[in-house]
Amino acid sequence: MKAQRAALNERIINSLIKLAGYSSIVFVGLILIFLVREGLPALNDVSLKDLFGSRWYPIEGYFGILPLISGSLLVTVGAILIAIPLGIGTAVFLSEFSPSWLRNLLKPIIEVLAGLPSVVLGFLGIQIVAPFFRRFLDLPTGLTAFTGAVLLALISLPTIVSIAEDALNTVPPAYRQGALALGATNWQTAWGVTVPAARSGLLTALMLGIGRSIGETMAVMMVTGNAPVLPSGLNALFLPARTMTATIASEMGEVATGSPHYHVLFFIGIILFLISLVVNLTASSLSLRSRKRAERLLS
Amino acid sequence: MNLPEYSRKMRQVEVLGINLLRLITLLTAVPVIGIIVFILIRGLPAISWEFLTQMPRDGMRAGGILPAIIGTVYLTLGTAIFSVPLGVAAGIYLAEYASDNATTRLIRIAIINLAGIPSVVYGLFGLGLFVLFLRLGTSILAASLTLSIMTLPVIISTTEEALRSVPNAFRVVSTSLGGTRWQTTWRITLPQAMPGVITGIILGLERAAGETAPILFTGAAFFLPRLPASPMDATMALPYHIFVISTSVPGMPLQIQYGTVLVLLVFVLGMNLLATLIRNRARARRQW
Amino acid sequence: MQSKISVQNLSLTYSDGVESLHGINVEVISNAVNVFFGPAGGGKSSLLRAFNRLNDLADVRHLSGEIWFNGKNILEPDTDVIELRRKIGMVFSRPVPLPLTLWENVAYGLLLMGEKRKNRLDEAVEKALRLAALWDEVKDRLNDPASAISGGQQQRLCLARVLALEPEVILLDEPTSALDPVSTAKIEYSLLELKEQYTIVLVPHNVQQAARVADYAAFFLQGRLVEYGIGKQLFVSPKVKETEDYVTGRFG
Repeated sequence: MKAQRAALNERIINSLIKLAGYSSIVFVGLILIFLVREGLPALNDVSLKDLFGSRWYPIEGYFGILPLISGSLLVTVGAILIAIPLGIGTAVFLSEFSPSWLRNLLKPIIEVLAGLPSVVLGFLGIQIVAPFFRRFLDLPTGLTAFTGAVLLALISLPTIVSIAEDALNTVPPAYRQGALALGATNWQTAWGVTVPAARSGLLTALMLGIGRSIGETMAVMMVTGNAPVLPSGLNALFLPARTMTATIASEMGEVATGSPHYHVLFFIGIILFLISLVVNLTASSLSLRSRKRAERLLS
Repeated sequence: MNLPEYSRKMRQVEVLGINLLRLITLLTAVPVIGIIVFILIRGLPAISWEFLTQMPRDGMRAGGILPAIIGTVYLTLGTAIFSVPLGVAAGIYLAEYASDNATTRLIRIAIINLAGIPSVVYGLFGLGLFVLFLRLGTSILAASLTLSIMTLPVIISTTEEALRSVPNAFRVVSTSLGGTRWQTTWRITLPQAMPGVITGIILGLERAAGETAPILFTGAAFFLPRLPASPMDATMALPYHIFVISTSVPGMPLQIQYGTVLVLLVFVLGMNLLATLIRNRARARRQW
Repeated sequence: MQSKISVQNLSLTYSDGVESLHGINVEVISNAVNVFFGPAGGGKSSLLRAFNRLNDLADVRHLSGEIWFNGKNILEPDTDVIELRRKIGMVFSRPVPLPLTLWENVAYGLLLMGEKRKNRLDEAVEKALRLAALWDEVKDRLNDPASAISGGQQQRLCLARVLALEPEVILLDEPTSALDPVSTAKIEYSLLELKEQYTIVLVPHNVQQAARVADYAAFFLQGRLVEYGIGKQLFVSPKVKETEDYVTGRFG
């Protein structure tokens, strides 16, 4: 009798655990369903041509999202250009050259950066970074794509550093020893052997850094000046811009549920969802490949 | 160029290169310390008992930030209620139950995607599902549910990792003594993995506490004259409050802005510190 | 002499291909020390783990044949494996105290059965520890973590943990391989006492140990049973050349 009840309890618990295990699939599905449900009607309200037009001015019914997409790209590319040398450089230093006491000191500091809420960085962007660039670069306003890119670089740095460092650490020590035994300096070994051996891990780091940048909302919204204009040249970096995420965040609060504007904002959500899907799947397949290669080499 | 000269040259390149990397690392690390010290210096003068325990006055330009603090506490706890049992159970499933098959791989892909979805898209999803479809309205409940789903991947991954670090011999022994999978998990592996699990939970909730975008349209209020009375009320929250007072309130005293930022920072970094302490203590005590 | 476990035409392969068994037929004799010996990778451990279905935890690719125990083929899918594991206990090559107290370690199996009465548990713990010749050494610190005692004591604790369930069969997979000679002697002595009440299957960690304790012995080589018989005879005058070579130390 007691054994029977115990077996029943066990079965119930096991089913609950299994259900919880499957929940992630359910949630991804739900997210997609609700984005599509609210976003796809945008195609009825706005013609495809207008939707991918170059003018975003919802009050007058212009829902061209090109300026927003290009705004996101501009800020993200800027951020990545800043974050790559810093992030990879830091990772290489920490994993290949740093004494261990320094590594133990720096790694928690970089983790703290990952924990800073983006609204805090946005606040500092408004208070410090933007005024600094306005004066330093002699701009009419400091709230530009460039300021956004700098903040985004800071935000994506912890991701890039920690994943890149992991990738470098998983390179088998035998590689380094081999190179050093042939008379290579530590520097040559690091860049000639270790970094190339970890390249798919480094690419993963880069992809996830891009993912964080494109998806980041608050900091970007606060410092990029919120001007949905199509960039017309390189100097666009030093003009105000507007990303997809910032548009959703700043306009969703004021739209009427079910209006074309509302549907278009959800449509932008679909685009963001798809971008993050592609970025993350690429990153995970890259890291899976590198793990498999490492296993093959080490077995 | 003869060999000694070449190798001297290489040595010079190495020294130069390493110093460059030092500089880069410094560039990465210094802003973090700078940010914290700066906010501490500018924010501390604003902190007083009144600031922490009173309602805002004069259009938020004076008084305290109590409703924002309380709101963030509510949202964090609300998130924990949903995400902790679900996330830990899902982590247990992956570490102790799941075999390596197509379904498990699909789950892993789903988790990776959940972790990568932009926070503002979670906000849209929460608006669509919880606020509108389930008619929860903009409420603490809707916002907490939204934040929970966003927090899940962190809790699931850290729970799984913590469970996997428990030596397999314990599982084999427990099973050989007649232990079922659940008994083994409940009595042996989960308690052993607990510090790691708790660390993961705190890190997940830390993220939830600092997020703004997911609560923008699901539960955050610009200003409320009183504290929320039920989970169905909207609430003020520290991150959204910072956004509001730094962008939408003209003539906002800087001191209050820095003070509010400092309070959020202490809240979030306090959780971070707690997680680190638990992790380090557990590592030092571990017997295996 | 009465058979306790009867293995019929058992074949088993793991996915990782490390160890396998091919067409094994062997009897485990009741109230005796049954020794399975041979070089590493011969399949002895796999066979042991099949007896209490611990191989369910491993990635088994192929499994056929029958293992009869108490009138039932335990390889049938409807076997109550939990019940089976309580009746066929196992001691592993390395002492693995669970991360609990000494008392909790010994009471573990009973706690899992749902036994909650403290006095019953206390009785069982004392009885099991006495049988494993550990009671006098640990009776004053039953609430200490089990990892605090020595390796030899830990292995006797593992034996006590199994005995607390009052099993019918005890499987020991090289139980002394991590122990010093004194601890080894203590375990071997316990086995000779225990066989009065229990059926014992031992994978010894060397031929000397096999010869010392075996009532019945089976020699395994590369997944096949080479020779099987009464211990004394098998070690003194093996019938098969490979057995002789191994027993006399010509390979292994």
